[in-house]
Amino acid sequence: MATLSPSSFTKNFNSSIDFPITSFQTFAIFGPKLKTEQTHFRLSTSFKTGSPLELKAMKEPPGLTQKLDKNRLDRLAESENGCDLFEDLKHRFLRFKKHKFEENLGHFQNLAEGQAPKFMIIACADSRVCPSVILGFQPGEAFMVRNVANLVPPFESGPSETNAALEFAVNSLKVENILVIGHSRCGGIRALMSMQDEVDSSFIRSWVIVGKNARLNTKSAASHLGFDQQCRHCEKESVDHSLLNLLTYPWIEQKVAKGELSVHGGYYDFVDCTFEKWTLDYKGSNFGKNSRLPVKNRFYWC
Amino acid sequence: MGSLEEAVEGLKKFLSDKDDVAVAQIEKLITGLKKTDLNECDPVKRILEGFQHFKINKFDKYPELYKKLAEGQWPKFLVFACSDSRVCPSHILDFQPGEAFMVRNIANMVPAFDKLKYSGVGAAIEYAVSVLEVQNILVIGHSRCGGIKRLMTHPEDNSTPFDFIDEWVKIGLPAKVKVQAEFGDLPLEDQCKHCEKESVKLSLCNLETYPYVQMGLANKKLRLMGGYYDFVHGKFELLEFEPHFHHLFST
Repeated sequence: MATLSPSSFTKNFNSSIDFPITSFQTFAIFGPKLKTEQTHFRLSTSFKTGSPLELKAMKEPPGLTQKLDKNRLDRLAESENGCDLFEDLKHRFLRFKKHKFEENLGHFQNLAEGQAPKFMIIACADSRVCPSVILGFQPGEAFMVRNVANLVPPFESGPSETNAALEFAVNSLKVENILVIGHSRCGGIRALMSMQDEVDSSFIRSWVIVGKNARLNTKSAASHLGFDQQCRHCEKESVDHSLLNLLTYPWIEQKVAKGELSVHGGYYDFVDCTFEKWTLDYKGSNFGKNSRLPVKNRFYWC
Repeated sequence: MGSLEEAVEGLKKFLSDKDDVAVAQIEKLITGLKKTDLNECDPVKRILEGFQHFKINKFDKYPELYKKLAEGQWPKFLVFACSDSRVCPSHILDFQPGEAFMVRNIANMVPAFDKLKYSGVGAAIEYAVSVLEVQNILVIGHSRCGGIKRLMTHPEDNSTPFDFIDEWVKIGLPAKVKVQAEFGDLPLEDQCKHCEKESVKLSLCNLETYPYVQMGLANKKLRLMGGYYDFVHGKFELLEFEPHFHHLFST
């Protein structure tokens, strides 16, 4: 029987010392299920923080100033040599440190003391839709939750990762805006629309079922459309349902009613590069689960 | 806006001082104030400007790339990072569109496999590993994490429980226990730092409890990594997690 031996992560990275791949650390597994296993941590390359250099403002990451094509995407991490991957991540961080962190040191020092973002964003985990990229949110601006299909479960569904983040953002950070962003060709929404009635034990199904009302509405409103168009309809419908679900949280509804918090929906179409945005028009007593979402300030940017 | 202008005007009065060091400090303060004020602008305007910048400087500039991405995604990474506004991996590790399927939650936690709970995390792992076939999973912790601090201080501080946060950060309880046992004599801030790192390791262990992750590791198609971003000192640590399974018996 393998034994468990506790250890601790003790290697520190010092800016003046470059550690090669060195020691193995044995690490105890938590939980009875994993008693038979031991794991090892291998320390990989250190990151030289170096001394500040003469900095030039950088408008884009250097990788994108070359003629970029899909080959660059393929090159990243396709290498058989794991060290290439670590080296790549290291250089990415050092670029960030040089061109953003050190260039705006005062700002980052302020941020280190605390964050006061004005936005909470709920976006899909899809690799193509990071709000920091498509909407240019900078460090400190947006508290962000990313999950499959940018879903917000209702209050009565009990504790989840999404509502823990909502609670923190609204009650501790006191954000002024919540923005739920859907997007085109969402795999999660497609899974929701494709679900059959038979029992399916996958996590994906257990999660996307949060959007079941959006699927029902879509099936009734858009059944004459092709499947792809139905999915597109559901992508937007699901954002509206998430906005309604936000209001099932008492501390959210209270703040929205007082005008301290605004709730917005957004939709990013990466096929045409367009962005729609709309704001919940809260007028209190007219809200019900079955009513259409009243919105205002609808914008469409292309 | 009024209060910003007053503050800037007030500071400018000191610029006539002949002390170069003081002048430099004051100019820095003025720049900082003006930058902070960007956050005060209309949220709609803020989103529009951000989107326009992206469209002009990225989407329209690299049509081939974005056309390919519209057809599908083939990210090499599944990344778990904290929801904290200061630690987006697209900034600190410069992930470009298409590179990283990204989950963000409080304290970048991965709970152990449990069919009944936390299906959100399970769905992301299942989708990334089984459908997208990512090759790397990277869990990134960070300094001064509010979620870890809550884990380390509650319920001992007798504060009012939260509806959902406390239940969520409990995932990190084994990390808290370990840190208190080893570093219980250190100040809270140091214990929190240790827990931020220990929690990353715990999340990596928890990842191993997912069947599709186990299969990926066994077939050597998947690599697990832990990262730690220290935004106080501008440092990043990266480590690779190498599970080692002992074969005990066959039947």
